[in-house]
Amino acid sequence: MSEKELGQKWDRCLADCAVKLGTGLGLGIVFSVVFFKRRTWPIVFGTGLGLGMAYSNCQNDLRSHYVLHSKVAKEE
Amino acid sequence: MLRVCWKGAHAAARQCVCGKVKAHPLQHCRRYTTAGGSGSTAGKIVAASLLTVGGGLGGTILYAKWDPKFRSNIEKSVPYSDQLFEMALGPPPPPLVPLQKKPGKIEPLQISSLSEASKESKQPKAKAKKSDPAPAEAPPAVEEAPAPTPQTLEGEESKDHHEPALKERPAEEVSARLAQQDKAEQDALSALTAGLEESLGSSAKTTLQAIGAQEAALTAIARHTNKLKEAMDSETPPDEKSTQWKALNEALSDRARAMEEAEEALLKAKGELEKLRGMINSAKQSKIDAARPQILAAEENFHSMIVDLDKVVTKVQTAQTEAKIVSQYSELVNEAKAQFQQELANITPEIQANWKGLSGKLSADDLNSLIAHAHRRIDQLNRELAEQRVREQIHIEAALEQLKLEDQKALERAVVSALEHRREDMRLEQEKKVQEVREVMEAEMRTQLRRQAAAHTDHLRDVLKVQEQELREEAQEILNSKMMEQETHYRRITQEQLDTFTLDMSAAYARLKGIEEAIDSHVIAEEEARKAHQLWLSVEALNYTLKSAGADSPTEPLEGAVRAIKENCAENEFAQALATALPEESLSRGIYSEASLRARFYDIRRLARRVALIDETRNSLYQYFLSFLQSVLLFEREQVAPPAKLAPEDLDTFRLLAYATYSIERGDLELAAKFVNQLRGESQRVAQDWLKEARLTLETKQVIGLLSAYANAVGLGTTQAP
Repeated sequence: MSEKELGQKWDRCLADCAVKLGTGLGLGIVFSVVFFKRRTWPIVFGTGLGLGMAYSNCQNDLRSHYVLHSKVAKEE
Repeated sequence: MLRVCWKGAHAAARQCVCGKVKAHPLQHCRRYTTAGGSGSTAGKIVAASLLTVGGGLGGTILYAKWDPKFRSNIEKSVPYSDQLFEMALGPPPPPLVPLQKKPGKIEPLQISSLSEASKESKQPKAKAKKSDPAPAEAPPAVEEAPAPTPQTLEGEESKDHHEPALKERPAEEVSARLAQQDKAEQDALSALTAGLEESLGSSAKTTLQAIGAQEAALTAIARHTNKLKEAMDSETPPDEKSTQWKALNEALSDRARAMEEAEEALLKAKGELEKLRGMINSAKQSKIDAARPQILAAEENFHSMIVDLDKVVTKVQTAQTEAKIVSQYSELVNEAKAQFQQELANITPEIQANWKGLSGKLSADDLNSLIAHAHRRIDQLNRELAEQRVREQIHIEAALEQLKLEDQKALERAVVSALEHRREDMRLEQEKKVQEVREVMEAEMRTQLRRQAAAHTDHLRDVLKVQEQELREEAQEILNSKMMEQETHYRRITQEQLDTFTLDMSAAYARLKGIEEAIDSHVIAEEEARKAHQLWLSVEALNYTLKSAGADSPTEPLEGAVRAIKENCAENEFAQALATALPEESLSRGIYSEASLRARFYDIRRLARRVALIDETRNSLYQYFLSFLQSVLLFEREQVAPPAKLAPEDLDTFRLLAYATYSIERGDLELAAKFVNQLRGESQRVAQDWLKEARLTLETKQVIGLLSAYANAVGLGTTQAP
């Protein structure tokens, strides 16, 4: 069903976002704790990183239909 | 710039060159003209000479064409001119045939010598008289002889021409007649030949006799002349003189007798020859062809006899003239002697006549007177001699004249006789030739007559054949026409019968056919009705399957029902086509019901509203947020009645969705599907599946509707109203 596709995409997107966010946060925290003396910026950075990645992924997924895929023709 | 200069230079150079070139031809022309000038005069000379030669040749040929003699001259003188003439004018004209002289009447060989001989002879005039009428008769008889001969020829020819004009006698009679004629001819011929031979023999005998007699006469004359000469000239003693004279007299009498005999024999011969001539003429008149060679031979003999006779007679005549001369001379001498004796007697009358016996009796006086007389005589004779000598010339001339005259006469006579002989010869030759030609002509005429007869029979045969052919053809034609009439009549009658029969038969057959067709159509109609029923039932089944759709599940696959339909209406093309027109999905998977599609539509609608802004250009996440916001904030009526025509501003997503909702609420899935089809961008993507399903359903429904309508129609058609 084509109408369900969008919903599925959103689901994926959210899931991905959550994962990435969490991972980013976690890694941020870890890095902040481990490497950067519990500064906040790695956490934010990580979170931001995660969020950004999630956002990008989501966008890409949503517009994947409209992106033109080119192929390089094999030289014979 | 440089190139322009270069070009200009080239052009200039070219001009110079061309100019020079132009100059040269002029010079050449001039030279040519000068050369031509001299050449023209030579040409003129050549032309003039050619013209002259040609003119001469032409003139010669033309004149030769006009005058054949000139042509023959040129041909003789100039070699190879005859070839030229032959090429230009054709073969030379044939030489003129010399005009045939008219065969003049052959002058009859007159037996004129008969009259001459009779004149010269010392025969009594009675015989001359007798012989005169004979030659008088002979010439006319002879003249008549050639005349009948051409007449006989003509008569024969005319007879030949007349014969075919007479009516034809039967062949046997003709042959009998011919045989009779032949026999008669043969008899006549034999009689003729016998007569001819007899007369020939007798005439030959007499001619020989005459010739012998003439020759005897000739010898007698010669002897007499000799004797006379001897008597005149010789100086013999008197005794011998007397014997001489006696012998002379004897010779004279001999001569006379021989002449008489010769004359008699000549007359007899002439008589026989006359008889022969008469026979020949009668033979000629008898017109028997077979006798002709004999006649010719007889004529030849006759002619030769006459010729010999004439020769002998001329000889005799010459001898006679000689004798005459000698006798004249002797007479003169005798005269002189008589005169002398007379003178002597006058002077000395007493001396006797015979002065030969006077040798011793003469006295001195007598002697003196005799001597004186003799001297006187001598003087006289001398004077006479002188006179004679003077007159000698004249006398000689006169004598010569006389001799000439006589010679001329004799010559004339000889010429005449020779001419006559020649004429006779020619006549005989001509006769011979005529005879030959006649024979040839006879033979030819016979062959021609035979040919004519053969041609006549052939012609008759051909004519009969043609007539037979014509009659046969006529009869055949009449027969054919009658047959044709009968045939046509018969055919017409049979045709009529056939037509009536065929008419009845065809009527009956037509009725039968009608009945059969009616029955068949009934059967067909029943069949059709059955089929229609079946179709309708199957379509109903199909309809029923449609109803088996659940809320969100599709129907059962329509395959079975469709197969049933296909089986039921195997020969119905329309139904088959329709059955095959059903989409595959519906057959295999089934279709969604309208209600489910309606329900689904609302989901689609919600989604489509939410992603209304998203398309190829706008598809970031932010846009998604914005479109969501738009959908939340945009308030509009859920259902808007669609207009009849869509304007461009109606192609907005929201408006389209409103139209679609309106349509679907009214149960018009098709219109709703049309509006949904107009969505673009993400909305379109979202509504894709629904659209597909809607299409499927619509198609299937359409086909099924057609089928049912068709089945209904067929059923209506086949059902017969009670």
